[in-house]
Amino acid sequence: MIPNTFEYTAPLTLKVALALIGEGGKPLAGGMSLIPMMKLRMAAPEHLVDIGRIAELNYIREAGGELHIGANATHYDVESSPLIVGKCPLLAETAGHIGDIQVRNRGTLGGSVAHADPSADYPAALQALEAKIVLTSATSQRTVAVGDFFIDTFTTSLEPGELVTEVIVPVEAGLTGTSYQKFLQPASGFAIVGVAARIRREAGKITVARIGVTGVSGNSYRALKAEAALVGKAGSDAEIDAAAALVGEGVEAGADLHASAEYRLHLAANYAERAIRVALSRTA
Amino acid sequence: MTQTISVTINGKPYTHDVEPRLLLIHYLREVVGLTGSHIGCETSLCGACTVEVDGRAIKSCTMFAVQANGASILTVEGLADASGKMHRVQEGFWNEHGLQCGFCTPGMLMVSKQILDRNPSPTETEIREGLDGNLCRCTGYQHIVKAVQAAAKAGV
Repeated sequence: MIPNTFEYTAPLTLKVALALIGEGGKPLAGGMSLIPMMKLRMAAPEHLVDIGRIAELNYIREAGGELHIGANATHYDVESSPLIVGKCPLLAETAGHIGDIQVRNRGTLGGSVAHADPSADYPAALQALEAKIVLTSATSQRTVAVGDFFIDTFTTSLEPGELVTEVIVPVEAGLTGTSYQKFLQPASGFAIVGVAARIRREAGKITVARIGVTGVSGNSYRALKAEAALVGKAGSDAEIDAAAALVGEGVEAGADLHASAEYRLHLAANYAERAIRVALSRTA
Repeated sequence: MTQTISVTINGKPYTHDVEPRLLLIHYLREVVGLTGSHIGCETSLCGACTVEVDGRAIKSCTMFAVQANGASILTVEGLADASGKMHRVQEGFWNEHGLQCGFCTPGMLMVSKQILDRNPSPTETEIREGLDGNLCRCTGYQHIVKAVQAAAKAGV
């Protein structure tokens, strides 16, 4: 499996990279999705701009109650960063579920987000975290809410010439518990269903509930009805079950050889229940 | 059009002109002549091509050689020390019969080293999770897990 020929540039600065991407160059990050597609000749970019050597995209820092993660952070960086593990454990936990050691060593947060695979793990967590994505071109920079960024299968609001340069997630407040629960396709490791729950419980009552879902349909989403069903509740087993049952409400579930639409929705309720239960157990 | 890359492989420097589309595994096997790393699936699922690039285990069928320009690469040929003394993961696989046909073994050894470098005393579950990206078609996982456990013990 040999890819088509291409021109390859590995700039050391973001400025040069953005100029090349503006001229139609295709960004290459960890390559964990793009290279397999090129080997299958499903993708044949004429010019690859390898952003892997751009040090200014390689950072994880805290500022203003948020964590700013440079696009070049690998999944291993995300799962093992003391800052992310300590202050945004949902993202670290989710990164640890991606692929395998070798994939996590190369694949990057920015690359995964830009690829927008409907079975990717990050989107569930990023939806639950209400993350923001920073998109930069040679002439502009904008910050987009994750709900506006992911549009459909392999489709995002990235415009030609733009690069995902940073992902912003909140520093988790006290009394908040989070969990990512995933039913995976055993050969590929991709999520058939993945549910991220982020719940704040104060004085015995749930005050904030955020539930992000991946794998069920062509796009990740927030399960707003399930979230609303939790707010104001103590979090009893019956209340968790009732909320989890709403996680696929109004969603057009996808079907493929791994799972029918009906089975996906069944799994979604099941894994939502697990995610909510574990998140609640971590609110203390 | 070729590009010039310089890499260090198992401590030795190499410089070659390569096509950008040349995969690292093909570079290692066909250009450098190090055939210890195997090509199994070519779809980043089987892990037989696993090598270390700057200390991180990666699947060399899913990386271009040009991406490794300037890097330090460790392949299975570099695991034993200069005197020929085997690495403890190799000792573990030898003593615990961690291989049958041996095809997956180079990748299994490289990822086992990474598991132990990051976590010197992993649980059995941690070992099994760590081996997730490597397939053995002889179904020899039980012995492979024992081999990693033996290697961990030898490192304490």
